[in-house]
Amino acid sequence: MKAGSFEWHPARSADEAVALLAQYAPQDGRVIAGGQSLVPSMALRLAFPSHLIDINGVDEFAKVRVEGGELVIGACVRHAAFHVTVEPGPLGRLLVQVVHDIAHYPIRQRGTFCGSLANADPASEWCLVAAVLGAKMVARSARGTRVIPAADWFQGIMTTALAEDELLAEVRLPLLPAGTRAGFYEFSRRAGDYALAMALVSWRDDGDAMRDVRIGAGAVEAQPRRIAEAEALLEGHPFTPAAIEAAAAAASAAVDPLEDVHTSAEYRRDLVGTAVRRAFAQAGS
Amino acid sequence: MTQKMAITLDVNGTGHEIRVEPRKTLCDALRADCGLTGTNVGCEHGVCGACTVLMDGVPVRSCLMFAVQAQGKALRTVEGLSTGGKLHALQQAFTDNHALQCGFCTSGFLMLAAGTLEQQPDIDDESLREVLSSNLCRCTGYQNILRAVRQVRDAGKAGAR
Ligand SMILES: Cc1cc2nc3c(=O)[nH]c(=O)nc-3n(C[C@H](O)[C@H](O)[C@H](O)COP(=O)(O)OP(=O)(O)OC[C@H]3O[C@@H](n4cnc5c(N)ncnc54)[C@H](O)[C@@H]3O)c2cc1C
Ligand code: FES
Ligand code: FES
Repeated sequence: MKAGSFEWHPARSADEAVALLAQYAPQDGRVIAGGQSLVPSMALRLAFPSHLIDINGVDEFAKVRVEGGELVIGACVRHAAFHVTVEPGPLGRLLVQVVHDIAHYPIRQRGTFCGSLANADPASEWCLVAAVLGAKMVARSARGTRVIPAADWFQGIMTTALAEDELLAEVRLPLLPAGTRAGFYEFSRRAGDYALAMALVSWRDDGDAMRDVRIGAGAVEAQPRRIAEAEALLEGHPFTPAAIEAAAAAASAAVDPLEDVHTSAEYRRDLVGTAVRRAFAQAGS
Repeated sequence: MTQKMAITLDVNGTGHEIRVEPRKTLCDALRADCGLTGTNVGCEHGVCGACTVLMDGVPVRSCLMFAVQAQGKALRTVEGLSTGGKLHALQQAFTDNHALQCGFCTSGFLMLAAGTLEQQPDIDDESLREVLSSNLCRCTGYQNILRAVRQVRDAGKAGAR
């Protein structure tokens, strides 16, 4: 199908984008970034915005940089930017591992990291990364700038804390300390499909104890999250196959999975355990 | 209906001055306004890849962009692959390897492969498989498409147009 009519407002600067959004948000205006989620939903007439504020021409949004121990990802940084390491530490390597599971190569040339966070699909890989690593979302509007932590960002299926006149200007991911090991695994039926379940894990080895253990699941509940019950089983304990198995089982038991016509809650629950186990097996250093 | 906008699309090195509503997708503008019907339209929501074109050298889904967004970009479509009546190496390899049957997916696969080999002439087999998994073909079973693209990569001819 064809998208409905809208007026197109290309912005040339962040200030202009914010001003346009302030003007048009009350008249059903929205931001268009990569368009890789918005344009399909417009074609399917699930969305019919009257105004699109196009941020693709805003050069200052196209940058990714390291600043104050954080990786700062601007609103127009494409998924494809992460095909190579954007920073030399464990975080850069983790992002390379994750990006290959997002959609397909041509879609990754247009879709943006921040667009994924704004879209907040339960099965978004970047949303899982943001939830597990504790990202901060920087929201700008004509009213000012505020920083929204990941814990407050996700508010259910495709719903975030962003107000209608706010633009997600950048996402800040804390760098992972040297020596951090991190792994990611997702299951989908065909390459490039949205996942049915995914897991992201990270920890540091301190002698023979695991420290700063993080275990998160995505594509399972309305929003991605860390699973404290599973993390607690590993924190301060040695990395052993039996311990990983127990953590995977705890993660599986802790989730309250979504159901759809293809996937029962029971099947998703089972996949969570597998995804956690395989994420640990994939973990690089 | 919103006001039509006058835009210029640079396709295969030629400027096309057209008037389109902002809601017109790039693939529809290429086909209906520029008269370049080599680019096919399948699903119209990003799933099949039939509409793949090159924008500033990289493959994109032309159904997931509006034509107005492509102003000032260098676009390439399947019509721009052959030169002087001679098929591009990929077109020849698709023919030689029986990499098409009905041909509906072919222009999309050709542009996907052309863009990929220009960016990464030495791409390994596994990465090539991943890239080619972007598009759907209902006829060939994919193996012949993979074979054709690998052949061109191995011959190092992707740039020879
Ligand atoms: C076939 C297909 C398969 C896909 N598979 C996956 C997958 O496996 N995993 C996955 O995560 N994604 C997948 N996607 C979606 C893709 O990753 C999108 O790029 C992403 O979800 C949204 O990013 P975008 O830049 O394209 O946003 P857009 O489509 O431009 O926007 C999406 C929404 O976010 C809003 N928005 C975007 N940027 C901002 C901003 N800076 N500030 C405020 N609001 C903003 C828009 O208004 C819109 O509501 C797939 C898409 C397709 C077509
Ligand atoms: S028509 Fe564009 S991806 Fe199917
Ligand atoms: S040749 Fe028929 S769809 Fe590919």
